[in-house]
Amino acid sequence: MALGRTYSVALVGLNGYIVEVEADIGQTLPAFIILGLPDASLNEAKERIRSAAQNSGIPLSRRKITANLIPASLPKSGSGFDLAITMAALGAAGDIRTTGRTVFIAELGLDGRLRPVRGVLPAVMAAVQAGYADIVVAQANAAEAALVPGARVKGYRTLARLAFDLGADPQELALDFDPDDEPPGEETPSLPGSIPDMCDVSGQADARRALEVAAAGAHHVLLTGPPGAGKTMLAERLPGLLPDLGDTEAMEVTAIHSLCQLPSSALQLVRRPPFENPHHTATSAAIIGGGSGLPRPGAASRAHRGILFLDEAPEYERRVLDALRQPLESGELVIHRSAGTAAYPARFQLVLAANPCPCGKASGKGIDCTCTPTMRRRYLGRLSGPLLDRVDIQLEVERVSLANFGQSGGEEDTATVGGRVRAARARQLQRLGPLGMETNSQVPGRVLRGELRLASGTTRILDRSLERGVLTARGYDRVLRLAWTLADLACRERPDANDIGQALSLRQAASAAA
Amino acid sequence: MKAKDVLGRRGEELATAYLESVGMLVVERNWRCPDGEIDIVALDGDALVIAEVKTRRSLAYGHPFEAVGREKLARLHRLGAAWCGHRGLRIALRRVDVIAVLDDGVCEPTLEHLKGVG
Repeated sequence: MALGRTYSVALVGLNGYIVEVEADIGQTLPAFIILGLPDASLNEAKERIRSAAQNSGIPLSRRKITANLIPASLPKSGSGFDLAITMAALGAAGDIRTTGRTVFIAELGLDGRLRPVRGVLPAVMAAVQAGYADIVVAQANAAEAALVPGARVKGYRTLARLAFDLGADPQELALDFDPDDEPPGEETPSLPGSIPDMCDVSGQADARRALEVAAAGAHHVLLTGPPGAGKTMLAERLPGLLPDLGDTEAMEVTAIHSLCQLPSSALQLVRRPPFENPHHTATSAAIIGGGSGLPRPGAASRAHRGILFLDEAPEYERRVLDALRQPLESGELVIHRSAGTAAYPARFQLVLAANPCPCGKASGKGIDCTCTPTMRRRYLGRLSGPLLDRVDIQLEVERVSLANFGQSGGEEDTATVGGRVRAARARQLQRLGPLGMETNSQVPGRVLRGELRLASGTTRILDRSLERGVLTARGYDRVLRLAWTLADLACRERPDANDIGQALSLRQAASAAA
Repeated sequence: MKAKDVLGRRGEELATAYLESVGMLVVERNWRCPDGEIDIVALDGDALVIAEVKTRRSLAYGHPFEAVGREKLARLHRLGAAWCGHRGLRIALRRVDVIAVLDDGVCEPTLEHLKGVG
């Protein structure tokens, strides 16, 4: 048979498409042609494949090999097609038996070893979804591929071994070649012990409480305060409070990490919510995603189901900040580039930290502040209204007073607070699950004032604020959301007037200063 | 004669015998002109065949076919036209064949034949 056929997966963003690889051997002078919009790295596959096959003892045909990747119109990139093309070419020459609906995803080394590639998890997910459950990957990718339920994964170290299993003549094969030098990155990723603990924060009772509420209801947070007050320290402790990710969420997060990480690092299922902390000089491509060719995920997508922490938020380019409004609304980022459109999930919890003014001293009485009122207003004004509108908790963090600073110890640790957060999340899921939501921050105003309507006696203080014009209608809803989270934390059935009052203080503290 | 020329000579002998065994008529061998040399000129029915013979002792330096690049192929086509001109012939069907001979001097030589390349 002069035609070989195998399957692989092309990734466009996180979406994978099954690619059929045909190889034909023509009776003419030796050549190797790859059709189907290959990019530069895929075109280099020819040389890798020839050498790898030669060095594995199963040389490719000395004729013209034409490999066609179908659908031809889908742009394909990367080295993950190496193995599929090789197997198709070997199949065409009759060196191995036909491989049926097996999907091959691996890069080849010149010596014939199989090398891991990026994005194996989303690729395997797509393959299984399309009904191709048999997957062959490099050994280093096998654990990652096996995370996908329903996938029958086989990992190989060398092309020779794989060819042997597929019925190649063992006489010639380089079967004794066994690269045992595992690529770097096998060492265990950061230990759980390295997560900063809440008990390191001395004093700051209000801020700690706000963090707990934010974690419990997945509310976005703005922390303002002078330098050294502990805004960054507090924000870094938020991920520790969040509960572990569920199965579906963990797969989503791991898939994004699979795309971003170096292919050599062994990937495990990400169970902890990610924490992304980009620098304020970051471009919108770095935060939102982008790059040449097919757009790659940015920090916002890497923070999916976790925390996106923007320290010194007013220092960011306004364009970058405003670009976050779309994912805050829809939980997804759709990026268009010349090579195609990619959609990445980006349902993150936003934590903003800001100084109150350029010199950073305008808190409390603000006696030392050297900024003019205009400068002060402009500074926080860089955080646009529409963005702040989506931030439920806006808290001013005071400098720690001496009285609080001395008596360190006795503060609750992450485990204790995290326990309350988990309980509160469970209560929310029980109440909101039937409505298709998980956390209070997702509840739209119509539901707050409809199904979850509170007695007018409870909301009296809110109604009065609205009447007086202190609170906008949107702000009214946000206070209600926070009140529900406070009630959940206190294990109450519904928020009472006290919760409403507390919620009001949580979101007004900063806006009063600004 | 140098060893490599002896080898090449033997390959050409083998190729000539092979072409005749498959029913072709060998018209001329080792035709030279300033542009180069044609190893074998043969007739396959109505078609004029310009055959290039590549002989190697082993695959250590690649397959003989791999030694026939685009440039060499173009020259063979040019030489074919030059040969027709030289003989004053007009032949509508003309093609270039490449014959690879592997001969290590110990085992039976193997021969591969590609018709109408490039």
